Formats: sequence, structure tokens, C-alpha cells
Amino acid sequence: MVRVEFLGPIQKEALELDIINLSELATILQKDEELKEWLENCAVAVNDTLMNSLECELKNGDKISLLPPVCGG
Amino acid sequence: MLNLYDGALDVPKILKEWYEEEVQSNYGAYIPFVGTVRSEGGIDGLSFDIYEPILKSWFASWQKRAKEKGAVIKMAHSFGDVMLHESSYIAAVFSPKRRVALEFIDEFVEDFKASAPIWKYDLIDGQRIYAKERSTAIKGSGILGEK
Repeated sequence: MVRVEFLGPIQKEALELDIINLSELATILQKDEELKEWLENCAVAVNDTLMNSLECELKNGDKISLLPPVCGG
Repeated sequence: MLNLYDGALDVPKILKEWYEEEVQSNYGAYIPFVGTVRSEGGIDGLSFDIYEPILKSWFASWQKRAKEKGAVIKMAHSFGDVMLHESSYIAAVFSPKRRVALEFIDEFVEDFKASAPIWKYDLIDGQRIYAKERSTAIKGSGILGEK
């Protein structure tokens, strides 16, 4: 199982999913109507490292974070 | 040095502390940038969420870049609510010569705006509204979206 956390303004509880890569995650999250808009502009981190592509295998206990557009300062 | 504070920053105190930490370090330049909440769009203030693990690694990469130039970088940011005319952000560079510090603070603050995992909300009539239009997607965003 991996844990998926939605950060900042995405008002959604964390998910526990049984998936083995980010492509599977994309397929699952794209079915969620309330997330669709966020997916287009969210960054993705696996264990707090930002990812540039879906080419990432996941293992049990991994933490995935979705980071929507930022504005510090 | 990266410090996060609940609510507004005590700007004079932080600037003084940083000054005193480095005054004997033989840096010729101390260039601070202070971000203050100003009145616009009918807001009462701003509010911030921060994701610390990635903020820390992002900041560490900038500390490394500063060190390579013989400089030091310090940053303070608020989480939670910061009202009008209070400050939520301070960044400062210390370096042997002014040119390095002036250029570095510019690059650092630009990347901070584009990359630091901090989310801003307008406080209007007791509501906390995500500042979507003023926000920037982090580099590499959208990989989970439909192709």
C-alpha cells in the first residue's frame, strides 16, 4: 500500500492505494471528478522528491504528495 | 538557516539576530528582502500553508549554491494568518562583496516564488480563499493529468 496526500488548498483526505507505479495512480485519480482540474497543474513527489515523469515504480509504504500551484512570500 | 513562524514575523528582531550572527564573519554585504502584506482587493490579510519536508530540501539546495559563492542565505516565513501591514517573509544574503549578494537575492526570491511549497490564501470577511490566480505551478507539474 502507498499513501497519497493532497497538499495545500486541495480539500481531500489522504488515500491508501494498492498500486505499483505512478501511471496506475494517474488512471485512478483521473476518474475522480473533483481532482481532474488539479491534476493538470499539480506537481508530484514520491517520498518528498519531486518527479518529472510517470516512470516511477512504487513500493509498500511509499508516500506520494500532490502539490498544487504555489505562492509564497 | 530556515525558520518558520506561526503568524506574523517580528522583522526588527529577526534582522537584528541575523546581523549579530554574521557581523564578525567578515561579510561585506548584508542584503535583506522583507515581504509585507499590503492592502489590495479588499483583503484583511493573508494566510499560508507550508509543506516543510520539500521546503527544507529546496532551501538546502540554495544553501549549497550560496556556499559555492562564499555566501550565506537565511530565510524566515510565516504559516497561518498574517494581517495587513505585517510581514510574512524575509530572505537575506550575506556575502563578501555586494554584487554577489544583490544577484543572489534576486535569483533566490524568483525561484522561491516558483518552487517553494507554500500556499497563499486571501483572508476576506472571515473566509480563507486560495490565491489561485497568483500561484505558479511547480516545474514538472501536470504529469498525472490526461495526455
